[in-house]
Amino acid sequence: MYTNVAYREIEGRSPQYFILLAAVSVFIALGLGAAYYMEHNGHHVTGMSNQIVWGMPHVFAIFLILAASGALNIASVASVFERTMYKPLARMSGLVAIASLAGGLTVLVLDLGRPDRLVVAMTTYNFKSIFAWNVFLYTGLFGIVAFYLWSMMDSRYGMRFYKSAAFATFIWRLALTTGTGSIFGFLVARDAYNSAIMAPLFIAMSFAFGKAVFILILISTCHLTGRSLGRVVLFRLQRLMGIVLAATGYFVVVQHLTNLYMAERQMVEMFVLFGGNVYSFLFWVLQIIIGTIAPLILLLYPRLGGNLGAIVLASILVVIGGFAQIYTIIIGGQAFPLSLFPGLDVSSTAFDATIGHYIPTLPEVLLGCSGIAVMVGIIVIAMTVLRFLPLSLSDSVVDPDHLHAILDQEDGAAEEEVGKK
Amino acid sequence: MTGVCRLLVVLWVMIGCMAPAVTKAGDEPEPLIPKGKGERCVEETGYMRRNHMELLKHQRDETLYKGIRTKRHSLQECIACHTVLGSNGRPVTIASPEHFCNVCHAYVAVTPDCFMCHASTPGPSDPLPFGDSNKGK
Amino acid sequence: MSTHCTCIHAETCQAGPIGARSCNTCGHGSDRTSDTPVPVETVSRRCAITGALSALVVSHGVLLLLSNNNVAAAKPADQPVSRTIRWGLLVDVTKCAEGCSSCVDACREEHGWTGFGRPATDPQWIRKLFLKDRATGYAVSLPLMCQHCEFPPCVDVCPTGASFRRADGIVLVDRHICIGCRYCMMACPYNARSFVHETPNNQQPHTPRGKGCVESCTLCAHRIDRDRPLACVERCTEIGHQALLFGNLNDPRSEISQRLTIYTSVRVRPDLRTNPGVYYQGL
Repeated sequence: MYTNVAYREIEGRSPQYFILLAAVSVFIALGLGAAYYMEHNGHHVTGMSNQIVWGMPHVFAIFLILAASGALNIASVASVFERTMYKPLARMSGLVAIASLAGGLTVLVLDLGRPDRLVVAMTTYNFKSIFAWNVFLYTGLFGIVAFYLWSMMDSRYGMRFYKSAAFATFIWRLALTTGTGSIFGFLVARDAYNSAIMAPLFIAMSFAFGKAVFILILISTCHLTGRSLGRVVLFRLQRLMGIVLAATGYFVVVQHLTNLYMAERQMVEMFVLFGGNVYSFLFWVLQIIIGTIAPLILLLYPRLGGNLGAIVLASILVVIGGFAQIYTIIIGGQAFPLSLFPGLDVSSTAFDATIGHYIPTLPEVLLGCSGIAVMVGIIVIAMTVLRFLPLSLSDSVVDPDHLHAILDQEDGAAEEEVGKK
Repeated sequence: MTGVCRLLVVLWVMIGCMAPAVTKAGDEPEPLIPKGKGERCVEETGYMRRNHMELLKHQRDETLYKGIRTKRHSLQECIACHTVLGSNGRPVTIASPEHFCNVCHAYVAVTPDCFMCHASTPGPSDPLPFGDSNKGK
Repeated sequence: MSTHCTCIHAETCQAGPIGARSCNTCGHGSDRTSDTPVPVETVSRRCAITGALSALVVSHGVLLLLSNNNVAAAKPADQPVSRTIRWGLLVDVTKCAEGCSSCVDACREEHGWTGFGRPATDPQWIRKLFLKDRATGYAVSLPLMCQHCEFPPCVDVCPTGASFRRADGIVLVDRHICIGCRYCMMACPYNARSFVHETPNNQQPHTPRGKGCVESCTLCAHRIDRDRPLACVERCTEIGHQALLFGNLNDPRSEISQRLTIYTSVRVRPDLRTNPGVYYQGL
């Protein structure tokens, strides 16, 4: 079926195209300037300190890395889970994954104390470190997705590797997100982090963020290039994102309930959830209400099925909630002081037993934004030179046999049967 | 990196050798290398010019990982011996073009990054002298 | 030419008689006494301290005299550090004075981490902590620095292997391959590490320091390798507090091991099973 789908490059001649590229260049330039400013003066010009060692750049980087592996799942749904309806989106999904990962890693690398030693990071490994494994997982994903894309795009030689490439990609991205979550899960001394649930939580988060980012990119691309986007595609993506967002919510509940149950972790948990600080605000207002409950309604309320506005708004809210969630995890977890002498009142000449203070500075935010710009830039340029997106994603192209109607009918019939019983 | 450094040094030496054949000797600007303390360096001068970075790199790992603190190829000893005094009578730092390392490194346009961390002058509180075991090494 | 022992135990051993071939505490020094001149005032100060200490030792009834010829012999400069040694530190918090920060000052002077008047980003290799038991009112102060764990989380998480543990138990950072990711700072249970946030301007020849790398207490490895006392221990002893005792934990006859067998001591966060090399007595 999908072989009939005609893919086409974007033209890249419209004023919008050049305005977009110019905006991307400006943001990348600003990010590079910010990185230079931070490296030249040292990190004391940022909000980060010896107490809050990871800040805004890491929030952006982790978001983009999670979004990368999540975006890839559109392709996996088509290939591994054989939902052919997603197949026209598979190439685009691989592209967004590569671009988003590149953006995230750019931010991560430019924030290092010694970014000039990138070669050291790529050649010297301590294999007990999950960070070192992530270097392999991240670089490996570029290669494996590139191969996967080739197997999708080359009908002469690539096709025969399509299935195996799809499976390898799916397993790899699960390993990658497990690695990303374990960066925090393996931190023995931090009560906010050290838990095996960080890995599945991050996988669920990646599904949700990745889908949101993908949908936003897909819809804006179709809008800007005048491609039609049928209700079938939108409806499927909407429901899928609703499910993964609910899964994320589930893991969040389990994560916090577990921590609240353990006496030694109650302190940090109460601090983040009910501390009356920026983290509890971000958690309840942005992450839970704006980033989870509101989009769940927009995504799963039956009457809003296939509603473009609802989908776009839900995706934007998920992205906002995602940033809030990662900020709460990374910064909130560090802000609470380490417990050195449990049961004793501690004070010191340094910052022991005091809440860490962090206010993000402009250079950090600019550096983070440049990661998004890198992502957008790669997507736009790649789509100009290679055929990533079908000419049309209208219902008749995506679903010529009206399979969705049959499926929906079957679902309806099953529901009716259940109702009868 | 060291490969590039070595290549540049070899090129520099080669050009230096060819220079008299091409131009009159003395026309080319040459680095005026300050003389170190003592009669001679720990290795033969030509060898040091080509390989000092390898020796330092080897020694740094020996010192850091194994606690081996022999003086012969230690950067601290290089700095102590090749101190150049400024107009105020105090040792010049790497910021000065007259610093021993800078004289050649500026000439061959290779920036050593040792002094991003290491002190480029002998410290006021130099460690106590070593015992017997270190003699002649 | 002096023949007084200048080994690491010079402060604590019975004054080596002129002409003695070795240190009474550890047995070494004989290979270095012949050409290691010790300033006269140092000798006299050490004799005074030694005298005071020996009285203290006798009053405690600790038979340190039995501990002849223990510890490893002085390490020649060309020999690698030995796995048979595990360096450790014992902090007697009952002797640590609350208003005193001499160890912190000594460390700062020794390693040159002077800072820029910005406490949040300035390095802090060693800091003073003040503890109080709310229920009983028992209050003490103590210095906290890198605990030189046997199973250091910072070493586990370091992606490049820049954080490493030397054979003799000292946890160090190889600044040549540190990329400045700060993951070790996230992992350290003791908040013992600092990121160099600004270009340092006061590097000591024995302590290279550069912007963009992570650093922490080196247990004065450069002094240990030369059989000199740690800067903090030296200062604490000099001013008469004697709250810090350094030695080889692997040698049952070393003074630190002897003290640890007699007095109760704790480590910080023992539940994490990092097996720190720093012990606290009187907590």
